[in-house]
Amino acid sequence: MAILEVDGLKVYFHTRNGVVKAVDDVSFSVDSGETLAIVGESGSGKSVTCYSLLDLLPKPPAKIEGGTALFNGKDLLTCSAAEMRQHRCNDIAVIFQDPMTSLNPYLTIGEQLIEPLIYHPNKDQVKSRPEAKSKAVALLDEVGIIDPEVRFDCYPHEFSGGMRQRVMIAMALITEPKLLICDEPTTALDVTIQAQILELIKKLQESRNVAVIFISHDLGVVAGIADKVLVMCDGTVREAGDTDSIFYNTQNDYTKKLLAAIPEGAKTLPNRATGNESLVEVNNLKTYFKNQLNTSKDSDKRFIKAVDGISLTITRGEILGLVGESGSGKSTLGRSILQLAPTTSGSVKFAGETLTGLTPNQLVPWRRKMQMIFQDPYASLNPRMTVFETLSEPLLYHGIANKHNIASQVRQLMDDVGLSQAQVRKYPHEFSGGQRQRIAIGRAIATKPEFIIADEPVSALDVTIQAQILDLILDLVERHNLTMMFISHDLSVVRYISDRVVIMNKGVIVEQGETEALWDSPKQAYTKDLLAAIPRADPRSERARINNR
Amino acid sequence: MYRFAFGRLLQAIPVLLVVITVTFFLVHSAPGGPFSADKAVPPEVIKALEEQYNLNQPVWQQYVSYLGDVLQGDFGPSFKYSGRTVNELIAAGLPVTAELALYAMLVALGVGITAGVGAAMRPNTLQDYLPMTGAMIGICMPSFLLGPLLVLIFGIHLDWLPVSGWGDIPGDKILPSITLGTGYAAYIARLSRGGMLEVLSQDYIRTARAKGLSERLIIVKHALRGGLIPVVAFLGPAFAGLLAGSFVVETIFQIPGMGRFYVQAAFNRDYTLILGMTIFLSTLIILFNLLSDMLAIWLNPKLRHEIQGAK
Repeated sequence: MAILEVDGLKVYFHTRNGVVKAVDDVSFSVDSGETLAIVGESGSGKSVTCYSLLDLLPKPPAKIEGGTALFNGKDLLTCSAAEMRQHRCNDIAVIFQDPMTSLNPYLTIGEQLIEPLIYHPNKDQVKSRPEAKSKAVALLDEVGIIDPEVRFDCYPHEFSGGMRQRVMIAMALITEPKLLICDEPTTALDVTIQAQILELIKKLQESRNVAVIFISHDLGVVAGIADKVLVMCDGTVREAGDTDSIFYNTQNDYTKKLLAAIPEGAKTLPNRATGNESLVEVNNLKTYFKNQLNTSKDSDKRFIKAVDGISLTITRGEILGLVGESGSGKSTLGRSILQLAPTTSGSVKFAGETLTGLTPNQLVPWRRKMQMIFQDPYASLNPRMTVFETLSEPLLYHGIANKHNIASQVRQLMDDVGLSQAQVRKYPHEFSGGQRQRIAIGRAIATKPEFIIADEPVSALDVTIQAQILDLILDLVERHNLTMMFISHDLSVVRYISDRVVIMNKGVIVEQGETEALWDSPKQAYTKDLLAAIPRADPRSERARINNR
Repeated sequence: MYRFAFGRLLQAIPVLLVVITVTFFLVHSAPGGPFSADKAVPPEVIKALEEQYNLNQPVWQQYVSYLGDVLQGDFGPSFKYSGRTVNELIAAGLPVTAELALYAMLVALGVGITAGVGAAMRPNTLQDYLPMTGAMIGICMPSFLLGPLLVLIFGIHLDWLPVSGWGDIPGDKILPSITLGTGYAAYIARLSRGGMLEVLSQDYIRTARAKGLSERLIIVKHALRGGLIPVVAFLGPAFAGLLAGSFVVETIFQIPGMGRFYVQAAFNRDYTLILGMTIFLSTLIILFNLLSDMLAIWLNPKLRHEIQGAK
């Protein structure tokens, strides 16, 4: 029988700008030992649905307007604060999205682990510190923390992202819950770590027979572990069913759109690079950052070697994909090539001219020819400048346009990136994430550059928007005859867009080659691991993969 | 940590040197001198006095010899309190002023943190508006107004507490401490409200709530440490401000502390006393700032480890 039955749940946010129906008439149920995946894009209401079950939403503005959520027959939505504490302590646990911010930085992880046991509201369930500690240490060991006795007394900042998420999982399981809510538990993690964490959650679920609600925006992540899938959009359920029927046999247009938007397979356009004219030549480039606080004699510790001796060439007309996990130095390499980060040694040549060693003033004419698209369209646009100001600034600065033709040039740019000309006087906050990234792309192509570095341009975007932006980038490269370096942690995206790929790890190049050749026969173990870890939106192959491990 | 503290102390040397130099020349360039008085004094008396205190030498020479004395910890003799050195005067006033500052700080912390944390727990309700309005008034109300007001109400009208003195009648330390502490309490209330609101919106507070901890435990164990870091950082400047700013309260309540010497020294153009007090207070300000910075670092495990790793 169902351990949780949600029926007609409605959660509205009462804001100054009116009522937002974050969750509107959502119903579902989960059985013991079963995994329900709730899938949707940002703003679909998937997290709000789950937080409302545990009364974790800020009230106001949130208000539960209707519905029931029966946990073993008791309604979670109407229970008292004391009863809710009982549910939180005994029945339902949450694994949150971002392990960097979800653990308290001021307390040791051990203290945070044992808290629910030593401060349990029921007197007979309160455990002594040593009892709680031995239980926590055993759990840490089970979730794969090496040396758990010692690590028990460490603070969160002493763990990597993946290890913190393991701690988070141990913390959720310590009260032996019957229902586990996982809110995008792997979104903030690298792809190889993601695979490990997914496997761990699956294993722990099977050994404990808990029910799991798994929230994700990524259909690939869900494919291998979900029994049932609930597709949400704009606060409503678009489709619900067992995993195979959703992935292989959907009748719903929105689900179809979601599945179609997943970047799949190779680049369909031919490589535009003709001949062997190299546009960018990087030779033994090193970018070290001084570790301000570490003054030890050991030079390895005094410097963070973000880029450690990289040599590569980018041929005119090609799209070079640069792949690496977080901390691999890929963004620093991009900035170093454009002389936006101070390089330590080595050289960068652009169209035969050496850029390293030029003063900022000498770089100005080159800046026009090399541009960058940044990752976060929310942070990289000046919030106090209208779109018109943002787009016209580089044009006027580099003398490409004058007062008389600036308006028409900006309109042309708006057309190019698919924005309506009527929106030219608006500010960035009035646009959605995808539209903002279009503005950022427009700003980058405004100076008619020859070379663009795109640093994770789609990683902050939803999958359907991501597909649109990728197609826009491909289209612009084609029409404006651009050469591009495309930096991403997402291998599927890189495969979809690049002609050639460079794999980077710890500041050095691991492997490089033509995209498809590298995908078919990776030579280095690191590349093999990376490729094997990519989740695919194909439940059968995903299950086989998880079982084979 | 020692390395950090040592580095900061080294930085303090040029700061103090600038303070000494600027104050020295400012004081000496002000019109009049310590012995110009309303009454006509025979010129030969003034000349004798100036000779006695080396005031007849060129200013730069006075500066060099003064600097030499200060380096040996000697602030010289007072010009007005004949027969007493500046060191003695500071030593006489400091314990009283320090005690007053300490009590005022306790008032400020107790009232300020309680009000601020309470307000942050229920933002935009009466529990927030009332203390925050009080804090606004507290910041706006100068101590020379609040002091007499308190005296009027609690000293004269209700006749509960003594109206002046220090350590003579039981309870005479209460009103001065409140008068001096109120402004700081108000400021601390606003700081702790801001800090707590920031921390309470963090993801890890949501995590703590999801674990089923009680609200009280969430506040005390998970939120306070991070939320009060702005207050800790303010403690240094606040303590120094209390010490230096106590002269108004000392005057109102007839308290024999350091502050009164300071004000009188300025009126009397008592060069050595002004300089000595300024240097002494500057040193205290630098020290307290260092202490509160070290405390703020120590409270944050990440910073603590980084500093220790650098050792």
